[in-house]
Amino acid sequence: MMKDLFKVVRSRIGIDIQNPRKNKLNVPPGLLFKCPRCQSAIFKEEFELAGRICTKCGYHSRLTALQRLEITADKGSFIEYDQGLSSVNPINFPGYEEKVNSLIQKTGLKEAIITGECKIRGERCVIGIMDSHFMMASMGSVVGEKIARAFERAIDKKLPVVLFTASGGARMQEGIVSLMQMAKTSGAVALHSEAGLFYCTVLTDPTTGGVTASFASLGDIILAEPKVLVGFAGRRVIEGTIRQRLPDEFQSSEFLQAHGFVDMIVERKRMRHVLYRLLRFHKKEAVPDWIN
Amino acid sequence: MDKLTAWERLSIIRNPKRPNAYDYISSVFEHYYEMCGDRLYGDDRAITGGIATFQKLPVTVLATVKGKNLEQNKEVNFSMAHPEGYRKALRLAKQAEKFGRPVICLIDTPGAYCGVQAEQRGQGEAIAKNLKEFMRLQTPIISIITGEGGSGGALGLGVCDELAMLENAVYSVISPRGAANILWRDPQKEKDAANTMKITSNDLLKLKIADKIIPEPAGGAHNDVKMVCENIVEYLFEALKKNCKKSLENLLKSRYNKFRKVGMFNE
Ligand SMILES: [Zn+2]
Repeated sequence: MMKDLFKVVRSRIGIDIQNPRKNKLNVPPGLLFKCPRCQSAIFKEEFELAGRICTKCGYHSRLTALQRLEITADKGSFIEYDQGLSSVNPINFPGYEEKVNSLIQKTGLKEAIITGECKIRGERCVIGIMDSHFMMASMGSVVGEKIARAFERAIDKKLPVVLFTASGGARMQEGIVSLMQMAKTSGAVALHSEAGLFYCTVLTDPTTGGVTASFASLGDIILAEPKVLVGFAGRRVIEGTIRQRLPDEFQSSEFLQAHGFVDMIVERKRMRHVLYRLLRFHKKEAVPDWIN
Repeated sequence: MDKLTAWERLSIIRNPKRPNAYDYISSVFEHYYEMCGDRLYGDDRAITGGIATFQKLPVTVLATVKGKNLEQNKEVNFSMAHPEGYRKALRLAKQAEKFGRPVICLIDTPGAYCGVQAEQRGQGEAIAKNLKEFMRLQTPIISIITGEGGSGGALGLGVCDELAMLENAVYSVISPRGAANILWRDPQKEKDAANTMKITSNDLLKLKIADKIIPEPAGGAHNDVKMVCENIVEYLFEALKKNCKKSLENLLKSRYNKFRKVGMFNE
């Protein structure tokens, strides 16, 4: 039990005290996926085949927004919103434009989120998918604006919203402007909720900081993928403050559920079905004849 | 069945073979999706809650859970909820209100948990808030006592438009053992207390606290779970039809009156 308690801590530090030989696997590093949760090294091929899931512990690893869209939305149903929005440099942060531009080149994305409308097994919804490969999906003006607009469109069209969250938090390079995106997006969630519409969040790896402290935590129903990292403050920050090592489960989806903040932990292969069912539950026309 | 005493009924509903919330939920409803957490402190396994469909109608289900063995009972704390259980129930009830889903409560608990941490986190406040909020919840609430209706712990899910009891269920202000202890300072007089305190479904119907008795097979629900579930379905079907038809004003007024009129006195 105590052994388990520190497993993740070690894995995050990057060494395995229990099994030092594990650290000296003589396989070219490109061929292996090293699980941040359980420390196992598994062949990339096996990992990819499992849908980017650790076959040892079930940790659900990161997907790109496009990969996520493909396994979530009905084929050909996605209509993207606000493709044209791109970052400026609100506080003239040195090197910010260059960083954004190089990420645009590298990832083929314009920003850290795609938003739009799609169908999930025929059920229409507004969808947003954050992509941690773009500046750790930190929330600056563009992310905030796209989310606010997505909710506003959902209100106009009386549609539910499904949001896949992943983020390092507010985007430091945009300073106080990024902090305000938390309030802005939360305001949009509030209006959508007041309109009696359904909002479902799916917490994916990693959901942290200002995103956890805003729209990610405000879903009518909050789902999470297994073993992913969800929290407000970073583990190292907390460990530094309290001068203690934190337990294994700390800030995992399971930890969050036990502490009352996650409704359901859903495996990737069931996600589409669960979303479909939740969308059905919240459809006004779902009321059967016998009740009237 | 009228011949059975309260004490005999108690032994039926405390039988470990008696169906629990999950047994009822899985055959009365479809597509039960369990939701966790109070968004404040924890997830109390003593109360389960979630969304399901009843005859194709989306409903929110809230239920106290008894375990079938020691291991399960440890997990659900012998069905004695902490404040986070009542707060989860309230959160899900408010969600049901937002989306216009009726709420169905299944109650089988010896009572709310009595302990230091439960007090620290405000057990009294949690139950009180449920009574107040359920009283004004803008969607129909149907509650069924399926076994033990233990005091405030049961009432925390018991403010409703209609209350039904399974035939052998009981509903009481305190456990018979507790009553014996307080009234006669002798917990051994549990049996006398049970038979004195008017706690059976028939008593409650006569006192106009319960609105309906749902029949059980001879010997108790465990002898024919399917039959009991069919009876529950039939009851819910009628109760929902009746209460979903009411205007909101009418619904809340009659819910208020259901409790407002309880009390006996001379003046
Ligand atoms: Zn792993």
